[in-house]
Amino acid sequence: MKNKLIKTGAVLLYIIFVTLSFIFGYNPGKQIGRNFASFTMEMIKLLPFVFILIGLFDVWVKKEFIEKHLGKNSNPLSYLWAILLAGPIAGGLIAAFPVAYSLFQKGAKMSVIFTFISAAAVCRIPMTLFEASFLGIKFTLVRLLVSLPLVIISSILVGNFLEKKDYKIMKG
Amino acid sequence: MYFLYSITALALLISFNINKNKTIKAIKMAYKKLAKISPAFLGLIILISIVLYLVPEELISESLGNNNNFFSILLASFIGSITLLPGPIAYPLGAVLLKEGVTYMVLSAFTTTLMMVGILTFPIEKAYFGTKVTIARNALSFLIAIIAAIIIGLFFGEIL
Repeated sequence: MKNKLIKTGAVLLYIIFVTLSFIFGYNPGKQIGRNFASFTMEMIKLLPFVFILIGLFDVWVKKEFIEKHLGKNSNPLSYLWAILLAGPIAGGLIAAFPVAYSLFQKGAKMSVIFTFISAAAVCRIPMTLFEASFLGIKFTLVRLLVSLPLVIISSILVGNFLEKKDYKIMKG
Repeated sequence: MYFLYSITALALLISFNINKNKTIKAIKMAYKKLAKISPAFLGLIILISIVLYLVPEELISESLGNNNNFFSILLASFIGSITLLPGPIAYPLGAVLLKEGVTYMVLSAFTTTLMMVGILTFPIEKAYFGTKVTIARNALSFLIAIIAAIIIGLFFGEIL
């Protein structure tokens, strides 16, 4: 409760600060306000579509299917599925979190979830193409070949550790 | 983004043709989930708007361009962790830095942490997975970025 109050207060302060900046022409505050507007637009262009896809996923994909392929008793191929699933994710981590959470609710195991999130960060197809064209294909290849195995290994270690400790991530 | 829009439209169309009620249910669920997480997104946008002002592109280029030692890798990882640049901005910036003499390993540290480590996305990640998982994932990702950077450095002959 107290936490919520502080958060609301901070948001109010922010709104007052930006508004006053525009009224009195305080440049840093105006710049922050413009940043806010442009990022809000980015989110509006991204989030509704991501969440509609998540909604469709929730409705159509059966829990048993996810459990079988990404759950506790799935085979090591599950990490490959996680990476392939992350490939076309638009919007990076921001979009990956809610998708990962849906996967988790459908019974995917923690290590697969971790792999999915990290893969959405390091090897999304649109970003990887972008990177390769600007920084060179050699750079991109080495980076992927090094980071992907590290991602899978660390995901397995952390995921299994948390599952052994029966860590609950249920919240949102 | 157009890819996302087309996929969403196509998926909705197919779903609607198969089962109208289920599709409406999906949209309702989408709305509910989005509404539930939106305070966390508001927090994210506020943080980003401030950090983008405090850490402009020029500052990033300046800090990465200095000297190419391990300190630069750490600094690059740190900057990558606290900023959130979209790819269409980050990679062209990387290409410019490369021309200015910044090493591949520093760039790798920067881009990898930029994508994997999210101090700014902390409110969102926490809302879904809790504080412990969020800290663990980010710390590990930071480590992975450093290791990847060092191996890139070895591969491109920038160290040893």
